[in-house]
Amino acid sequence: MLLIKNGRVIDPASGTDATLDVLVDGGKIARVGANLSGTGGAGSSGAETRGEMLDAAGLVVAPGFIDLHCHLREPGGEISETIETGTRAAARGGFTAVCCMPNTQPVNDRASVTRGIVERAAAAASVRVWPIGAASMGSKGEALAEIAAMKDAGIVAVSDDGKPVATARLMRQVMDYCRALELPVIDHCEDASLFAGGVMREGPRSMKLGLKGIPAESESICAGRDVELAALTGATLHIAHMSTRGALQSVRAAKKQGLRVTCEVAPHHFTLLDEDVRYDSNYKMNPPLASREDRDALVEGLADASVDAIATDHAPHHPASKDVEFDRAPFGITGFETAIGLTLGELVHAGKISLPRMVELFTTGPARVLGISRKIAVGEPADLTIFSTEHAWTFRAAETASKSRNTPFDERVFRGGPMATIVGGQVVWRREAAAKARS
Amino acid sequence: MQQRLQHLLGIEELTREQITFILDQSKPFQEFQKHPLKKLATLRGKTVALAFFEPSTRTRISFATAASRLGADQMNLQAESSSLKKGESLIDTVRTLEAMRPDGIVIRHSSSGAAEFVAERLEIPVINAGDGTHEHPTQALLDALTIRDRKGTLEGWNVTILGDILHSRVARSNILLLTKFGARITLCGPAMWMPRELEGLAPNVRRVARIEEALDGADVVIVLRVQTERIHEPALAPEEYILGFQLTENRLRLAERHALVLHPGPMIRGLEIDPTVADGPQSGVLEQVTNGLAVRMSLLYQLVGRAPADAPHPAKEKSNAAD
Repeated sequence: MLLIKNGRVIDPASGTDATLDVLVDGGKIARVGANLSGTGGAGSSGAETRGEMLDAAGLVVAPGFIDLHCHLREPGGEISETIETGTRAAARGGFTAVCCMPNTQPVNDRASVTRGIVERAAAAASVRVWPIGAASMGSKGEALAEIAAMKDAGIVAVSDDGKPVATARLMRQVMDYCRALELPVIDHCEDASLFAGGVMREGPRSMKLGLKGIPAESESICAGRDVELAALTGATLHIAHMSTRGALQSVRAAKKQGLRVTCEVAPHHFTLLDEDVRYDSNYKMNPPLASREDRDALVEGLADASVDAIATDHAPHHPASKDVEFDRAPFGITGFETAIGLTLGELVHAGKISLPRMVELFTTGPARVLGISRKIAVGEPADLTIFSTEHAWTFRAAETASKSRNTPFDERVFRGGPMATIVGGQVVWRREAAAKARS
Repeated sequence: MQQRLQHLLGIEELTREQITFILDQSKPFQEFQKHPLKKLATLRGKTVALAFFEPSTRTRISFATAASRLGADQMNLQAESSSLKKGESLIDTVRTLEAMRPDGIVIRHSSSGAAEFVAERLEIPVINAGDGTHEHPTQALLDALTIRDRKGTLEGWNVTILGDILHSRVARSNILLLTKFGARITLCGPAMWMPRELEGLAPNVRRVARIEEALDGADVVIVLRVQTERIHEPALAPEEYILGFQLTENRLRLAERHALVLHPGPMIRGLEIDPTVADGPQSGVLEQVTNGLAVRMSLLYQLVGRAPADAPHPAKEKSNAAD
């Protein structure tokens, strides 16, 4: 039994935003209300001796945050990350559930691989792991992956992330198939011929650095293709790590038409710009950092509900693979532990979005993409994210729980961040020093 | 006194004063090339590592000769024979070189930013001999020295650059250097190799579609090599390039009467430049090569020799008494 006292409970599903106590019992939410005693629950007498209290005064208590997009690298990439280390980093970042992309080795394109991930997660993960299956075998863009079998084994969506679903024809087939299976199709939107070996966003900065540019249209052309196919098939389409105004316009138009089209934005894309890129591979990710115009459009979309979720695209890479020439480095940065801090700093404190809207982008937003519910209500699983909007702290890559340190946010000072992460009623991570210091 | 150079990574971070100082220091080395005995003891006992990760003939020979004439020993690493072929990373390769205690490293690499990457990780001075499509600072310096010699000053010229601007590190370094001295730059080449962003590299840079308009009033014409090895697409038929952009005698007449023609080499005669122009009186191509030696000696002297700015110039020492 765990009693969370005096937190500001923000629950987008019910519209709650009030100072309340939350009582957790048996891994589920037992009561929500003012001045709960921990013994007060009807039929839960005698729990007091076993009860634990978490003082959440001054903190936000939200439904457990969901990350729709990460790479845990297991199986095959354990030098960079494992399900154990990745989910520990996720817990430190305030996430209670993470969706891991299928570009492992082997690719998660069949039930045996999915089961391996699910079993490993059951044994070693700090938070819930919801695998995403490949759309095509080996994500090669040819034959369909074993999607139905993977669904039985536990996948929550399909994607060939790391690259787009290769052809319009295959995408149509995947969408048709997944509509029947009621699985969302997540696409990494990119036109391969325009991408053409680029390493950062095409623009004045790529020109100055002499780095091969990727035009924004590489993403928006593919997003346009996907939206048209979503209209054709009636499938649920989710656009991953959206970084351009053009793709956002496609999503807006699709939503207006009533299509089941959603999208996510990664914290680095609303925090950094292409003009910040240096010859440092921690500034290399795909999609690349956007132009100021595109970034501003993304922030607008985050504010006006065109964007459904914030997702980290946590992409760990071992130091040896990133400490190379910029154009030879792999794409991607880690993201779990900095997501809440960046969202608070860049969006909430900056006055772009409200705190309840932020909670929505990490909870009901991603839940809607997956077709599930997310709320703080009696009987629901006690997955809760507790965070501070004010706590001052410094993120240090050397202290991360991830096996990798590829982040441009090393030594960044944050105002606000995760304080405790609760999964199934268990406190899987808690910022110790902070909890003591505060009073 | 000016900031002492630690590395030469690009033109962008140099001030006018630093550039002028490098060029001034090159002058005595220019004269020195005419000596019958071309050997100084200035860098005796010093070692220069020449790390050419990308094939290069003229730049490598120029640096090697410059180092020899200053009395330095050399460590040579060439792409064809290097351990890179065996999969060693750049950082491991240069750290291995550094462990043999050279006093400076000259690096040529196909990745933009490679010189800066190495400079951030090693303790010794780094000279960029060309990094990807980013910069080729010694080429821009030797071009500047050639312009200053031929035209009397470096200030305020109309400079036209012809060719594949997008993929040219020579063009970038020249644009950055010459605009620091008030040049007005006109770029001309096939439109897909001339994106709008080029105009943002420096003030007074414009793009012109037709070569006739680009040459009108030019004081200096820099002809770029058509870099067949760096261009993947779109492939452009040579005939198409010649028709639109070859520097011919007739076209050169549209420029100022004594317009200087430069080419970083290697030239493909009959493609980007008409042989009669390449060999004509307005061509500075061979002076560029000689000046390249002088500029590189000047840089090695400053960076590897770590000479104070007010030290007597090594190539002048003997004649100073007579002056």
